[in-house]
Amino acid sequence: MSAKLVQGYEVVIGFETHAQLSTQSKIFSRASTEFGKEPNTQACAVDLALPGTLPVMNLGAVERAIELGLALGSHIAERSVFARKNYFYPDLPKGYQISQFEIPVVQGGEVSFMLGEEKKTVRLVRAHLEEDAGKSLHEDFIGQSGIDLNRAGTPLLEIVTEPDMRSSDEAVAYAKKLHEIVTWIGICDGNMQEGSFRCDANVSVRKPGAALGTRREIKNLNSFKFMQQAIDYEVRWQIEEIEDGRAIQQATVLFNPDTGETRAMRTKEDAADYRYFPDPDLPPLVIGRDWVERVRSEMVELPWVMAARFVRDYGLPEYDAAQLTQHKTFADYFERTSALCSQPKLAANWVINEVRRFFTDGARDDDGPWAQEVREDGETFRVPASTLAKIISRIVDDTISNASAKKLFQEFWVAENPVKPEEVDAIIDAKGLRQMNDSSALEAIIDEVLAANAKNVEEFKAGNAKAFNALVGQAMKASKGKANPAQVNELLKQKLA
Amino acid sequence: MTELHHLGVAELAAKLKNKEASAEKVTEHFLERARNDVHNAFLAIDPELTLAQARESDAKLANGSAGPLEGVPIAHKDVFVTKDLVTTAGSRILNGYRSPFDATVVARLRQAGMVTLGKLNCDEFAMGSSNENSAFGPVTNPWNTAHVPGGSSGGSAAAVAARLTPAATGTDTGGSIRQPAAFCGITGIKPTYGRASRYGMVAYASSLDQAGPMARSAEDCALLLSAMCAPDLDRDSTSLDVAAENFSRDLLRPLARAGKDGGALKIGVPRGWLSELRDDVSAQFSDQLQRVSPLADMRIMSGIQELMRQGAKPIEIDLPNTALAIPVYYIVACAEASSNLSRFDGVKFGHRAADFADLTDMYKKTRAEGFGQEVKRRIMTGAYVLSHGYYDAYYLQAQKIRRMIADDFQSAFAQCDVIAGPVAPTTAWKLGDKADDPVASYLADIFTLPASLAGLPCMSLPVGLGEGNMPVGMQLIGNYLQEAKLLNVAHQYQLATEHHKQQPGAAA
Repeated sequence: MSAKLVQGYEVVIGFETHAQLSTQSKIFSRASTEFGKEPNTQACAVDLALPGTLPVMNLGAVERAIELGLALGSHIAERSVFARKNYFYPDLPKGYQISQFEIPVVQGGEVSFMLGEEKKTVRLVRAHLEEDAGKSLHEDFIGQSGIDLNRAGTPLLEIVTEPDMRSSDEAVAYAKKLHEIVTWIGICDGNMQEGSFRCDANVSVRKPGAALGTRREIKNLNSFKFMQQAIDYEVRWQIEEIEDGRAIQQATVLFNPDTGETRAMRTKEDAADYRYFPDPDLPPLVIGRDWVERVRSEMVELPWVMAARFVRDYGLPEYDAAQLTQHKTFADYFERTSALCSQPKLAANWVINEVRRFFTDGARDDDGPWAQEVREDGETFRVPASTLAKIISRIVDDTISNASAKKLFQEFWVAENPVKPEEVDAIIDAKGLRQMNDSSALEAIIDEVLAANAKNVEEFKAGNAKAFNALVGQAMKASKGKANPAQVNELLKQKLA
Repeated sequence: MTELHHLGVAELAAKLKNKEASAEKVTEHFLERARNDVHNAFLAIDPELTLAQARESDAKLANGSAGPLEGVPIAHKDVFVTKDLVTTAGSRILNGYRSPFDATVVARLRQAGMVTLGKLNCDEFAMGSSNENSAFGPVTNPWNTAHVPGGSSGGSAAAVAARLTPAATGTDTGGSIRQPAAFCGITGIKPTYGRASRYGMVAYASSLDQAGPMARSAEDCALLLSAMCAPDLDRDSTSLDVAAENFSRDLLRPLARAGKDGGALKIGVPRGWLSELRDDVSAQFSDQLQRVSPLADMRIMSGIQELMRQGAKPIEIDLPNTALAIPVYYIVACAEASSNLSRFDGVKFGHRAADFADLTDMYKKTRAEGFGQEVKRRIMTGAYVLSHGYYDAYYLQAQKIRRMIADDFQSAFAQCDVIAGPVAPTTAWKLGDKADDPVASYLADIFTLPASLAGLPCMSLPVGLGEGNMPVGMQLIGNYLQEAKLLNVAHQYQLATEHHKQQPGAAA
């Protein structure tokens, strides 16, 4: 399919995503990376750039970069180089940021995803390791700025794409897919509110077939909703400018969620000369093949690999497998449930439809494909997999109806304490949900119903199919809903034959 | 009885071990001398702290838990950060700065039992070769107070020469241990880059900075270096993963058997560095080289002849890119310095301008007030060579030539065991002589820069007096990790000669 045009213009989007890596300590120091602590309590001498301090590489951050590279089919550079990006800012303690410039650790690779029915692939240029800066707090102090260096030195992986995306929908789908991958492999907690996953979108427009237009970079998009709004606004703005005969100036812009507009922060003319040069405090990062192989062997199963396995081993439809593997905790929950009840298809249906509903209902619209809460596994799956497996087993053995099972599950979900699987049967009995599988008792009920509804019987015999449904309804009612509907159907057919 | 300040590190350590003197008594003696320092060598002294350390040492000497250098005093160049004493790096911008931790080198020497006597003056951020660039005033040369002590470790060299301390730490980026050692008639060694941890050294040029000891003899330097060096991989990524060594182990090996193969030591003498071999090189090459002043030249040749007398064999070698070391060094060092010194911005520590209109104004005023002339010059040079459009022509080109210079040394070491030559083209000049001509002062670094750029171990030892009756130093350069060899050669020289025992009147 050719690119979707907007007012005759083709939209061109490339992404730079900063994923905060899930290490306990910082990229070049031993200080903790924990979020939300008192300002400046998580910054050690190295983070404060005290005289005499030196950076020492956190190998955990390197391993996470390798994992991403392996997940996306990238080349892992055997030798990459850390450089200094020099600029003055109060929340940049050294006066330079350590980042990879000429030779990044992850080179190439791609991210594939579905956009509606169409498979899209976005090529990566690179992913490089760097340290985050601190934070300047301008609101809390009158006439002054506060500096919080807790975030200074937090490890980031900056993931840069080619300008391969052609619509805001595609850009958001890419971002969601990347978000899914980094959280799946566990290199990033994906928390967009806390800034763990921040996207910059490079947006330009052009007439189809023309050379690339001048781009403007929208900084710090920290929700999927804003991402879409910002890109859509920016595209409209650029087209209007061009239509009005004005040339686009290369610029960095910020999106204001309150006004829904983007505004230029600085133009290319004010762009600083960062005076990049290799950091003499850090030797080149050398990654041997054996290290890559060890990381590969310790990596979690990737979502598309797991989906293929679900199709192969459990006979699930591809759609189900794809749905289940959108989030690792759901995939794991499915597998545990399925293993305990030996009903993969039923387990899949339950997870995709019933379980998922509890997460998506009331979730924020800028959350990922599955809601944010999912991150806290165990705590948020308020019905243990073993309990769901028990419920499914009780459907399969005809103890309860599907409708009862759903009711039960909803109740379990909101229960104060998680319901254990061994409690399920007693609860079914206590609530009188057990189906009437005793055919002699059911026959007695049906006989009564037939006797009491002679008119329906006559109509049915006269060829009115609706009359049969009315009889089924009467029988279900007489059994107080406990009769097995299939069995009622069967018996009625026999009696009326 | 010899007065305590006439004893070196080895002698003092022995005396303390044999309970012939207490650490407290030794320390008091040197403290008294340091207090009466007339050379402006000391920037910080804290007698209470120092004496407390000495008493700790006495306790250890008494209970048998003493370190190898227990109770021997040492003073530190002010670029090593210290918890208990202010660290300024000779700069106004760090005036009053207290570090929350000790530099690894300081901690290691303390662990070996040494008592911290105080902090020593130096050129601001170790930038300079005369010690006139200190924000706290110049240091004077104990041999003649009208002369500079050299730099940047000028306070260290002067303090040792004037016998205010038996030993000092120094740092060497382009000659800052060797040149002041030569100018003050003492012995100093810069180990292989990465031997001594840079953690806690206020950085000037990261790829070149290296700590080393300065003392009266090669024997003392060997003891000090052994205590200073060990891997520090958790704190310094450029620290070498090479086990600590006893650098005294080969001191007594005769030069006739000190060669690689157990044969005679082969001394490489670079063509063009001294007058003797000056005619062997092309005019173009010799024109680029500073000529060593006649008396100094003669002293160094005599030094080499003494080594030959002891059985060493001279070999002429070529270091064809020597002259290029000057531009290469001033590009690389300034580039790194411009970035390393960005952290002194008035935001987190050190000096901040009192009045300013906004952030940019605060930066400008703070740094304008805080940094001296030479530091500003190097920051600007460094920012320039790293700028967009100039990087390839300067920085990248300099890195390539740096590699060529290192390769030249490897070719030379294929033929010889150590290289001998001058440390500086002249003896110590008069205060103010080069203060207005930075380039003249840069050119005088020509003989120390090549080994620094290559990261090689190198040292300076006194070989007599030259012009103005000021000391002359001979430089020895070894291959990577060959510190023990250098110290071996120097010690053999010092066993047979008295130059290292000569001391200025100020030391009496």
